[in-house]
Amino acid sequence: MTISFLEEDYLEVTGLTVDFSGFKAVDGVDLTFLQGSLHFLIGPNGAGKTTLVDALTGLVQGTGTAMFRNKDLLTMKSHQIVRHGVGRTFQTASVFEELSVLQNLDIAAGLHRRTRSSLLPRGKVPERVAEALETIGLAPLAHRPAGVLAHGQKQWLEVGMLLVQDAKVMFLDETVAGMSTEERDNTGELLKRIVADRTIVIIEHDMDFMRRYADHVTVMHTGKVLAQGTVAEVQADPRVQEVYLGTAQEAEHHG
Amino acid sequence: MTTTTADDTAAGATAVDPSSRRSIGRWVSAYGPVFGIALMALVLLVWAPGALSDFRLGNLGRYCALALASMGIGLAWGRGGMLVMGQGVFFGLGAYAMAMHMKLEAAGPDGVPDFMILYGDGTMPGWWEPFRSGPFTLFAIVALPAFVSFVLGYAILKRRVKGAYFAILTQAMAVAFATLLIATIKQTGGFNGLNTFSTVFGHNLYDPEVKKNLYMISAGLVIFFLVVLWALYRSRYGELLVATRDAEERVRFLGYDPANVKLFAFVVAAIMASIGGAIFVPIAGIVSPTNVDASASIMLLAGVALGGRASLFGPAIGAIAVGYGRSTLSERFPNQWTYFLGALFILVVLFLPGGVASLWPKLRSLFPSSNDQPAAAAPAVDTAGAEAS
Repeated sequence: MTISFLEEDYLEVTGLTVDFSGFKAVDGVDLTFLQGSLHFLIGPNGAGKTTLVDALTGLVQGTGTAMFRNKDLLTMKSHQIVRHGVGRTFQTASVFEELSVLQNLDIAAGLHRRTRSSLLPRGKVPERVAEALETIGLAPLAHRPAGVLAHGQKQWLEVGMLLVQDAKVMFLDETVAGMSTEERDNTGELLKRIVADRTIVIIEHDMDFMRRYADHVTVMHTGKVLAQGTVAEVQADPRVQEVYLGTAQEAEHHG
Repeated sequence: MTTTTADDTAAGATAVDPSSRRSIGRWVSAYGPVFGIALMALVLLVWAPGALSDFRLGNLGRYCALALASMGIGLAWGRGGMLVMGQGVFFGLGAYAMAMHMKLEAAGPDGVPDFMILYGDGTMPGWWEPFRSGPFTLFAIVALPAFVSFVLGYAILKRRVKGAYFAILTQAMAVAFATLLIATIKQTGGFNGLNTFSTVFGHNLYDPEVKKNLYMISAGLVIFFLVVLWALYRSRYGELLVATRDAEERVRFLGYDPANVKLFAFVVAAIMASIGGAIFVPIAGIVSPTNVDASASIMLLAGVALGGRASLFGPAIGAIAVGYGRSTLSERFPNQWTYFLGALFILVVLFLPGGVASLWPKLRSLFPSSNDQPAAAAPAVDTAGAEAS
């Protein structure tokens, strides 16, 4: 246990600020994302959750530091951040619709290949890709164009692409939005299976999903961290109830 | 997995084993193009030289030269999503490099091209000198467009210029290039271009045998680059290029720099256009700014759009068809032919955005064959759901 603790990765964010010409979408956020836990990032619309992830993945410019494996993500370009082991999905699933499921995953594996080898056709299915196909349960659909997949399957394909990339930090932006209850459960179980050796950060609006699967919750509000802790701790926090979870039913449950 | 097998047997109980049927389909889609290329080779290299008159064969040779540029556009635009509206520039680089060499050949050793005596003081600019050498000229035909397209492409693509802005920039390039040529009559022949050649690499241009061989080279290059593009399209890079075209940001978040992916296609397209230009000149016997300007670039694009930009054969066949239609129509309706071409272009863009090449899959979907499995998609969804849990 001690050894695995020493080997644990973490992403440490300090003083992260994203300034959109005067408006601070993210305002001095300090956060630590630990390996092996499903870390949920919640908060009302406009709280700065997606902007925070955008800053950590090079999509918008942020100040402060975000150290992961001795490198500051805030100084790197998007594709370099990915190559450093940090991956993300987007609110709307953006798989390559014309390409097959297999091709989608194979492209995600490209960062582990030499550039020159990309001028050759794929021989047999790479092991990493075959594993991911099984993990996300899309193996029977490997040769279907990704465009014909159901909404939930597209999101799983996105997770699969992160697996193939071998992303050690995964940012998932509203992955279960629009999914059926069954699909949500499948997604939750999928994430629990793969989280052991990685850090998974989930932006979510679905509170039921959050309660069932969150190991750790960070609540954001107006660009700042409002509260942190386990689901129970966060739910018990009166400030959180006020801005976000504060419904009469919640109060009854806990009171 | 087990559920899928059950589905498939239910759907295709009467037919062959579904997995073997599917692998046949995959085999056809992987190697079908090879038969298509073989058919093209048969028509262009065996049938045409025997069946067509020297004049028609020469025309076909010119269309093949244009087709090379169009095939490059198919790569950059159809697969890479870059609407290149200035391929005339790269076509022109190859064409002028070849024309300069042939002009110097005609002038004889230490001679000066005739137009320089006519319009200038009879001295030749220093940068003409290396083109006396045949090997240097051949090298320049590849290296010059590669260098220019790399520098331009790097500057444009790294700044993430795309869509209409990219198209306008490349179009402006063609305008600038043609304007530069016209303005430098003493160095490049200006509006007249370069013409009155006698030999190409020592072979008499008026010898029917040489003419035929030039055609064979032009058509052979089309076949060669069809093979190159086929290999490129089925490579991992080909898949990545399509992915970049469809979702550039997503590709960035898979650890690639999309600019590099597109840059490679842009450079290859430029080299193909340049080689097309180089073989165009000895066949046509002239190159002038009208071959490289904005409207020439758009004419190249029209063939690609008509044929089908994303398909392997569409750009080549489209370019040859447009070239053929252009000369036939212009013989019969010298004043109206551009309207015909314009109308055809509008019709295709409106009703067949994928070009004529998209007719085939469309027809196939009208008559579902035993190879299609329309029923299999729905149950498979459940299968995956069950798998993931």
